[in-house]
Amino acid sequence: MHIMEGFLPVFWCLVWFAASIPVIAFGAYKLNKLVKEKREILPVLAVTGAFIFVLSSLKMPSVTGSCSHPTGTGVGAIIFGPAITAVMGTIVLIFQALFLAHGGLTTLGANVFSMGIVGPMVSYLIYKAGMKAKINFYFIVFLAAAFGDWATYITTSTELALAFPAGGLLTYTSFFSSFSKFLAIFAITQIPLAVVEGAVSALLFKYVIEVKSDILVEMKVLNESLVRKLRGLSS
Amino acid sequence: MSRKLEFIVITIILIFAAQFFYTSSTTHADYSGADDKPAGVIDQITGGAYKPIAEPIWKPPSDEIESLFFGLQAATGAIIIGYFLGYYRAKNRFENDFDIQRDKKLQRDEKIQT
Repeated sequence: MHIMEGFLPVFWCLVWFAASIPVIAFGAYKLNKLVKEKREILPVLAVTGAFIFVLSSLKMPSVTGSCSHPTGTGVGAIIFGPAITAVMGTIVLIFQALFLAHGGLTTLGANVFSMGIVGPMVSYLIYKAGMKAKINFYFIVFLAAAFGDWATYITTSTELALAFPAGGLLTYTSFFSSFSKFLAIFAITQIPLAVVEGAVSALLFKYVIEVKSDILVEMKVLNESLVRKLRGLSS
Repeated sequence: MSRKLEFIVITIILIFAAQFFYTSSTTHADYSGADDKPAGVIDQITGGAYKPIAEPIWKPPSDEIESLFFGLQAATGAIIIGYFLGYYRAKNRFENDFDIQRDKKLQRDEKIQT
């Protein structure tokens, strides 16, 4: 999902920076406010950030015979919302761009948009819809994290296809021609990884509920009665 | 304590591992990074006309150094997760034990008084 350094034309680099910067600014503002008002959330914030660190560093082998990595943004998106998660994602992406030559500074805007913004946004929406539908909470986390992961890679394919439409001229058909080529690299490769990411995210959530459910109630992720039910089931 | 979720997650990971051993033993897959593959497709679409507009400022000098940094990244994250989950688990347990002992002591004191 990391678009390599230099692999987007200047115009598209700027477009994705323009799209990402407002969200990051809003996320940084929200994060600042949240930390000032509720210092007690810091440990949970650290854990969700660290989870992105761990998962995005694991390049895993997939059925297609190539390696890719999960994103780990689902848990953060559910607890703190997409904007704050975008800030945490950006930190990871800068680290990888500087020390690993993985992704890049010119493509940072595009990579932040896919991994930091669209992925968490999809996770968050699935979580909201799942809570309304009243399905099993851990299954909601699984779906949110898995589809967030997948959405990230679809966004990357979209970004690349917009910048490199077949034939050079951006039209509906040339876009889809390129889009399917980029999707071929990512889509199938990512399915098993998204499933693993969803499962591990649900597990992390279980442990956070076990040890620090008061923060989740405070952040309005879960209500008291659901926490009691989940702890009753898991204790 | 119910371990149903752990069981499901471990099963999924085992299926994932089995998938890897099966694919790697039946094909000659090179397991290169999917993130590096778009370069080839871009070459193919543009007929090799596209030249990257920038180079990474710094590249890990070898694969070993690269895996060192990836390992550090994962380890840093794992320490933070393990520290906080462990800290609060122990804290909750200690507080529970403390409450139970205090209740017992109170009951004892009441008995002595009556």
